[in-house]
Amino acid sequence: MDFSYNSEQQQISDSVEKICAEFDDNYWLEHDRNGEFPFEFHQQIAAGGWLGITLPEAYGGAGLGVTEAAIMMQAVANSAGAMSAASSIHINIFGPHPIVVFGNDEQKQRWLPDLIEGRVRSCFGVTEPDAGLNTTSITTRAQRCDDGYLVHGKKIWTSTAMEADKIMLLTRTSAKSEGKRPTDGMTLFYTDLDRKYCDVRSIPKMGRAAVDSCEVFIDGLPVPESDRIGEEGKGFNYLLHSLNPERILVAVEAIGIGRNALARATQYAKERVVFDRPIGQNQSIQHPLAESWMELEAAWLMAMHASSLYDRGEPCGIQANAAKYLAGEAGFKSCTQAVMTHGGMGYAKEFHVERLLREVMITRLAPVSPQLILCNIAEKALGLPKSY
Amino acid sequence: MKILVCVKRVLDPQVKARVKADGSGVDLANAKMTMNPFCENALEEALRLREAGAAEEIIVASVGGGKTEETLRHGLAMGADRAIQVVTEEALEPLAIAKVLKNVAEQEEVGLVLAGKQAIDDDSNQTAQMLSALLGWSQATFCSDIKIEGDKATIIREVDAGLETIEVKMPSVMSADLRLNEPRYVKLPDVMKAKRKPMDKIELGSLGLDTTNRMTTLQVEEPEGRAAGVIVNSVGELVEKLRNEAKVI
Repeated sequence: MDFSYNSEQQQISDSVEKICAEFDDNYWLEHDRNGEFPFEFHQQIAAGGWLGITLPEAYGGAGLGVTEAAIMMQAVANSAGAMSAASSIHINIFGPHPIVVFGNDEQKQRWLPDLIEGRVRSCFGVTEPDAGLNTTSITTRAQRCDDGYLVHGKKIWTSTAMEADKIMLLTRTSAKSEGKRPTDGMTLFYTDLDRKYCDVRSIPKMGRAAVDSCEVFIDGLPVPESDRIGEEGKGFNYLLHSLNPERILVAVEAIGIGRNALARATQYAKERVVFDRPIGQNQSIQHPLAESWMELEAAWLMAMHASSLYDRGEPCGIQANAAKYLAGEAGFKSCTQAVMTHGGMGYAKEFHVERLLREVMITRLAPVSPQLILCNIAEKALGLPKSY
Repeated sequence: MKILVCVKRVLDPQVKARVKADGSGVDLANAKMTMNPFCENALEEALRLREAGAAEEIIVASVGGGKTEETLRHGLAMGADRAIQVVTEEALEPLAIAKVLKNVAEQEEVGLVLAGKQAIDDDSNQTAQMLSALLGWSQATFCSDIKIEGDKATIIREVDAGLETIEVKMPSVMSADLRLNEPRYVKLPDVMKAKRKPMDKIELGSLGLDTTNRMTTLQVEEPEGRAAGVIVNSVGELVEKLRNEAKVI
């Protein structure tokens, strides 16, 4: 029950913090303006071996758990880079999980070292415009051909697709109606994002300009059988294994951004003098900040609870969902309050809190909406009838 | 040659130090701790000497209790080969620390001791000098450049007047200035390797040294806050105040 860092976890947090400190407010504000991918940051993280934190030691990773990954990603998000920094490496931390668990040795050898060393970047093609969170209704299809598959379809909200070399692609190999369960008939691939067959378009969006979110139109992408993960038709189950780690990581990223915003707001409240006293001496300023501190800490404990369950191999679905919900709300509230605490200055880019507010929003929306989490908790934790 | 690098665990320089309510010292409960930055410079230099073929083994040592091991693990993750923790819960003074380190340096038969020029917590700037006297070795403090050739070393020292170049005989005790180098980032695979590197723990009492403290801390106080500034209305008024009030021109 002790969620304080052990010596190794402290070292992970400190070491990551040091790298992040090199990339200051101005670096990230500039990338927020010009929309360029933070190559230097990504390179520095890769050079330190951090991209392999959860991947097996046999392939050059560190073989650590989601708890350590969460500690790392909290430190990344709780830096000037916020969600831009986190998202530029996030996919590497949980994305390759289906390969680790269900890929064969040849595939692991072929794919994992490149990912760990940052030579190859990947993206996640799961969500589709017409399916949304109803993932079993995706329509991207992979048809058998002589030496593999031909894929047609479209994906949306595929982060980092503009830069990615590879895509983890969820497809249908048989229609939803044909299977016993709606989750049957889905097949997972990890393959080249070949621009000859894929049109990738960046979606202009609210925050995190430096890390793109894309639509991917796939027209006859040939995929060799050797790029299929596990068995045909079982892709959805494979993917499920990485969903809880993803939720836990998004949760701690929201907490990291929230803590960063809270620290900025607190500092400003101490320094800003109006009516002859620091504004932080006023309860209307300090109480909301105190609330944010409590909410962020509580969300952190829930995230650590979920990650420790996951690392012990125990079910953690509702805890991971709860952590994501609590953290998304707490992070958003903290960033909003940071802007409000700064008054007019909070609206100015040079104080950075408006950027944090724009960046934290995605943690409420993705990878699952707060409403669906509430439905899940009502059903699974409370035993109420399924509502959707 | 073996190099002994002495490191100290201190309050993180990014953290604001808070004085205990009873004024007996700085409150370190739940405070973020780190390796003294100058000690990191010392270790970085040792690593570079080893990479250049001037040293075979680097031992990182610290005197302290509790979580001193964490600081030594950081040293191992940076690249030291093994660690020695001399365990005591008491906060020792520089002379006592120097006596302990002399013992370690002799036991390990090292040819060079590297330390930070001072620790950022008590700013004593004494341990390296005392250690060199106790060992009867040469000393080079505030080093910003170190070149070792055979039984001599050429050192550039950062002194108030500028840079001083000296030559010392080996073996030597050297203390690192911030400008000596830029410490490397710790890499994750090295954090993992550090877990498997040897860490010896020696009880202070087993060394049979007189480490009695000679000083008593009477009172620790926070520095006074900076007084509010004044906005003047004209250059003339500024010059007048600088001349007659502040008396600086």
